[in-house]
Amino acid sequence: MAVITMREALNQAMREEMRRDEGVFLMGEEVAAYQGAYKVSKGLLEEFGDKRVVDSPITELGFAGLGVGAAMVGLRPIIEFMTFNFSILATDQIINSAAKMRYMSGGQFKIPIVFRGPNGSAFQVSSQHSQALESWYAHFPGLKVVMPSTPADAKGLLKSAIRDNDPVIFLEQERMYGNKGEVPDEEDFLVPLGVADVKREGTDCTVVARSMTVPLALKAAEELEKQGVSVEVIDPRTIRPLDIETIVNSVKKTNRVVIAEESHAFCGVGAELSAQIMEHAFDYLDAPVKRLSGADAPMPYAKNLERLALPDVERIVKAVREVSYLD
Amino acid sequence: MSELKVTPMRPRTQSEGASAGAGVAEERDERDRIDPAELQDEHEQRHQEQLKHIEHVDNETLLKMLYQMVLIRRFEEKSAESYTLGKIGGFCHLYIGQEAVAVGTLSALRPDDYVLTSYRDHGHALVMGTSPDEVMAELYGKIGGCSKGKGGSMHLFDADKHFLGGHGIVGGQIPLATGVAYATKYRGTDQATLVFFGEAAVNQGAFHESLNMAQLWKLPCVYICENNQYGMGTSLKRAMSISDVSQKAVAYGMAAEFVDGMDVLAVRAATERALERARKEYLPSLLEIRTYRFMGHSMSDPGHYRTRAEIERYQERDPIKVFGDNLREKGLLDDAGLKEIEGRVRAEVEHAVKFADESPEPPPEELFTDIYANPIKK
Repeated sequence: MAVITMREALNQAMREEMRRDEGVFLMGEEVAAYQGAYKVSKGLLEEFGDKRVVDSPITELGFAGLGVGAAMVGLRPIIEFMTFNFSILATDQIINSAAKMRYMSGGQFKIPIVFRGPNGSAFQVSSQHSQALESWYAHFPGLKVVMPSTPADAKGLLKSAIRDNDPVIFLEQERMYGNKGEVPDEEDFLVPLGVADVKREGTDCTVVARSMTVPLALKAAEELEKQGVSVEVIDPRTIRPLDIETIVNSVKKTNRVVIAEESHAFCGVGAELSAQIMEHAFDYLDAPVKRLSGADAPMPYAKNLERLALPDVERIVKAVREVSYLD
Repeated sequence: MSELKVTPMRPRTQSEGASAGAGVAEERDERDRIDPAELQDEHEQRHQEQLKHIEHVDNETLLKMLYQMVLIRRFEEKSAESYTLGKIGGFCHLYIGQEAVAVGTLSALRPDDYVLTSYRDHGHALVMGTSPDEVMAELYGKIGGCSKGKGGSMHLFDADKHFLGGHGIVGGQIPLATGVAYATKYRGTDQATLVFFGEAAVNQGAFHESLNMAQLWKLPCVYICENNQYGMGTSLKRAMSISDVSQKAVAYGMAAEFVDGMDVLAVRAATERALERARKEYLPSLLEIRTYRFMGHSMSDPGHYRTRAEIERYQERDPIKVFGDNLREKGLLDDAGLKEIEGRVRAEVEHAVKFADESPEPPPEELFTDIYANPIKK
């Protein structure tokens, strides 16, 4: 097993898939000559050339639509948004074209495109650059939404996403690009979409976390272990389609749930999880589902305020204790 | 930037004091008030050019083009009828008056070229080869429709014929087409992509983003603006600071041409020039094809924004009448020939209505099919 960073894992995934299939190409701002704004595409231009690794103008709506058009006739584009905040400009093409093309044509087209890039908080980049958009995109049938939290998941899921014949919104996290983790040395390591992962087993409380909150939840679980509380951490990995079965099985075991997320609570993925848990496991709950979400405010610049706006280990610990009626 | 040969017809420029008045048809620009005497020379010159164009095209193609224009016209008239009978729901955007654009442009294509257009797509679908049966059934929302009844009037698609739709968001098809052209160049083939949009779409950011990328990366895409002079109820004078659409290409260093859209062979010739550039040099072009829709924006448009007189003036230049008259002058068409064409068209359109009426509604399961190519079940 190799120990590599999240960014190296993503780089390997793209490299392997581009070697495997001539139709895969990467387009985005600074992905080629600059080696990637966050260095995720480092070295790809050198290996594959400028036909397959393409620096685009700052023209998100245009190049997102270009990607969808290319996908309609059989190429497999990877469209990078420097951050998903900028994907908002491209939303018309993602939601009205990519998500709908197959359905409104009665099944005549498939759109094997991946839109990827960092999503959610960064370091003091203020409100326009810190948005978590997963619930936006997960709202629409026709899209798949993936959020890896480890290098292994990132590599395996990105490879699967590229091979998937549907539009995949692949949400990374800038603050995790440097995180290290073990990645299997297999020649073709794939992680399937639509399958949640039990990141840590436990018996007293389930914490459903995703992306940035997964390492936080794992740290919180270690803290809680010392306090005599056994926490199970579930990482859905794919938001849509959601593997609710794995989550519900956990709730049936522990009877308590905390959802830890960076996004706002209102209409966030946590709201969806709460509704589905209530629907499928109502009789198993010993306490209401607790959502620990990002503050209901635009992200502030000031360091202390930003810290207040996001879930952290301390607050996850507190939330678990709360649903366990321990304080 | 290389120059395309520009046809003699010049676009009318907007007057200095263009009014920004209300939606009701206002006092027309002086030059729109056509003085027959002044324009007689120009009309005659155009007439002579049209006759010359006919000499460059074989008879079979000429008659096929006339047939297609008549087919579109009768099909659209029948659609209007069906709409008022409640058999077609939602939006229905008719192509009446613009037939020369679809027929002229698409007559220059190879079967392996690609086409995308807006929601005013019935004409394009028919010329690309989708059967009138499948188009009418789609309008009726039946399973026999080209999109299995799940698209409707605005979303006709025919993958086999390389007709890539039928798009509802104004200008949404423009970046898509740019991507299709990107893909054909990526693969090293000489296929071309044509994308149609109205003049109002030219104000969308997506148009500008696409033209920039196409010229920057040399993509074989032909951008065709069907300028029917009204974006729904807004005349182009009220929507554009510069109403000469072909001039927009200057900002991108792209070749452009202004074309008389009531003259089907002028449209064909301009398209051939643009296709040559796309295939031989991978260079894009912008064609502004000036045309006119005789009906409203859609079936629900009361049309208060233009005068009856203006519509009638354009109907004198009905592209089917103009083409038909020219073919007669050249001895290629007579009353019997036209009657035969109308008869065949009537039969096709009536068959389409029958097919659509008899085609079943999509079964309930169809609500949930075709959402994903790789559905993930647990």
